[in-house]
Amino acid sequence: MSGTFSRFSAVFVKELLQLRRDRLTFATMIFIPVVQLLLFGYAINNDPRHLPTTLLVQDESSLARAFLSALTMTGYFEIVHVAHSEAEADSDILSGRSQFIVQIPAHFGRALIHGEKPSLAVIVDATDPTATNAAIIAINGAAQIAFDNDLRGSLAYLRATPPPFDVRIQRRYNPTGDTQLNIVPGLVGTILTLTMLIFTALSVTREIERGTMESLLAMPVRPVEIMLGKIAPYALVGAAQMGIILVAAVGLFHVPIAGSLALFFALTMLFIVANLSVGYTFSTVASNQLQAMQMSFFFFLPSMLLSGFLFPFRGMPDWAQIVGEILPLTHFIRIARAIMLKGSTASDLVFDTGALALFTLAAMGIAVARFRQTLD
Amino acid sequence: MSAEARDADVAIDVEGLTKSFDGKVVVRNLTMKLRRGRIHGFLGPNGSGKTTTIRMLCGLLTPDSGRGSCLGFDIRTQHDEIKRHVGYMTQRFSLYEDLSIRENLEFVARIYGVRNPETAAQDSIDRLGLKGREEQLARELSGGWKQRLALGACILPKPDLLLLDEPTAGVDPKARRDFWDEIHRLAEGGMTVLVSTHYMDEAERCHDISYIAYGDLLAHGTVDEIIDSVGLTTFRVSGGDLTALSDQLAREKAIDMIAPFGAALHVAARDPVALERIAQRYGGDHVWTRDRTTLEDAFIVLMSRSHEAAPERATA
Ligand SMILES: Nc1ncnc2c1ncn2[C@@H]1O[C@H](COP(=O)(O)OP(=O)(O)O)[C@@H](O)[C@H]1O
Ligand SMILES: [Mg+2]
Repeated sequence: MSGTFSRFSAVFVKELLQLRRDRLTFATMIFIPVVQLLLFGYAINNDPRHLPTTLLVQDESSLARAFLSALTMTGYFEIVHVAHSEAEADSDILSGRSQFIVQIPAHFGRALIHGEKPSLAVIVDATDPTATNAAIIAINGAAQIAFDNDLRGSLAYLRATPPPFDVRIQRRYNPTGDTQLNIVPGLVGTILTLTMLIFTALSVTREIERGTMESLLAMPVRPVEIMLGKIAPYALVGAAQMGIILVAAVGLFHVPIAGSLALFFALTMLFIVANLSVGYTFSTVASNQLQAMQMSFFFFLPSMLLSGFLFPFRGMPDWAQIVGEILPLTHFIRIARAIMLKGSTASDLVFDTGALALFTLAAMGIAVARFRQTLD
Repeated sequence: MSAEARDADVAIDVEGLTKSFDGKVVVRNLTMKLRRGRIHGFLGPNGSGKTTTIRMLCGLLTPDSGRGSCLGFDIRTQHDEIKRHVGYMTQRFSLYEDLSIRENLEFVARIYGVRNPETAAQDSIDRLGLKGREEQLARELSGGWKQRLALGACILPKPDLLLLDEPTAGVDPKARRDFWDEIHRLAEGGMTVLVSTHYMDEAERCHDISYIAYGDLLAHGTVDEIIDSVGLTTFRVSGGDLTALSDQLAREKAIDMIAPFGAALHVAARDPVALERIAQRYGGDHVWTRDRTTLEDAFIVLMSRSHEAAPERATA
């Protein structure tokens, strides 16, 4: 067993030294996450204002007018059209002229005064949830403020909480409607997937192309020792990257970390190792560095598209969800969102943690089995 | 037959080894038995299968057919044991160019589980005269120093058998001499060495020689045995227009070999009587003197005979 450790540490130290000598790779490792985060983080304005809105006012009471003025005060809505029928309003959304329809139904004011809890309907084009979510939050606030101000004197009894009306938000085309903070946890996962994959995808093919594989194979070192020795240094690099990204996420984008930081670190390490093993597996299968890079790319693409990073997971067709469930990024994004935004604990995340662990073991198993121990 | 039951005196014992790549036979039916504690030279023209044979011996290539053992371990099944007891120096430098001498040696020491890798690497540096260069990256070393590093890495784990694949190609004469002195010291210490080479002077420093051409083992034995086995009578011819003479002699059926020998020619034939007659015929301003057949003469004859015997084999 001590022999195994000695051989593992031989490969580990060697890889670490080579990594240190390879200035370009080293710079890439620090640079990629920072640049990506800044590009993504700033290019995506996750709090756009003045969104085009269609009004469908079927009640002319003073309460309805008060709500409308409060709504425009939030700055999120710009009324571009006052519709006179539902069909007219709907066509605004279909044509993309408006992102919202605010409908104040007939007799809203009267129903409110009679304590019947009437509904305000807000119809959202949620195809672009990151654009509309902050506005949706603002609607609730606007309604609250408007009616707080207006419900005075004889109507003061209506100011009790919960509010005497409902805001019915109907999200169209996008059932999940995630919040804009989604982008950063997803970004952490995407950046780590890309960089980790690239680093290990070249590790075995590089030895073959440089001719060092012949010596290595002639030495008494086992495939699993080579694999772990090659993965471990990059796990450290991944940890450093995670630190950089996290500092940037919290410092620049004010992403909260609601749950345990230790849990987040532990599960992110698991995710890092999962990606390193995929990259390593590619490098044992590929016959040259170009092929290894292509494989990584073909893995990265579905990770971006099917993990719930760009599109809401539950909105995807079944086959895409099945593919998505296999990808480590899917599980990591769930884990990251849950810990950062919801404050979930380890016991809440058993499924996704298990899926990541299983994936890692499977990838490592394939890598060890595929590792060619001869030059045949 | 168990490993113990085989001759304990034998380091390499292979029988009927055959290997082809893409339908082209590279090593054909190779049978070889090499004794322990000796330096075995492995000779043959480029592309004749030396590297392939060595790789099969240390388990890096699987033979298509045939069987064999290395230090008593089966070359098909006992790779782990072979790797632990055999040092293989590849034809092309295959240590890490981006690591220093010391880092490369420490890497090897750790792989072999040497108790104190730093000390082992230092000992190796001292022994090979690499002191003062130990922090240099391997890629910055000249051919001779690279080769010394590669040898150092091979012998660091104290193997019982060394397989050296053209270790002195592209190395200056002084470095070659030092290298061979080191190999003799190692052999005296009990190590078995199989070394492939193109140089005749190196071949003559080997205890035994195997000559392989285009996949076939053509001769095996000591230098003298191989020279005797080709049964040549040789003349050294000097003076006069040797180029013209060479062209004329090439048309003589009785002559087996004409090769430059320094500023002179070596002319050899199996039939001494016929050769004497030719010598008289082509006297003139050429001076014919009987000479020893060299190893090189023997190899040239062996090679041309193998071509005549089976010309299709080279491409079969
Ligand atoms: N991995 C391989 N794939 C295909 N052909 C090979 C391979 N290795 C060697 N060969 C071919 O086998 C022949 C013998 O090569 P080699 O054993 O390297 O000869 P030597 O070492 O005597 O020069 C050469 O023609 C070479 O091209
Ligand atoms: Mg060769």
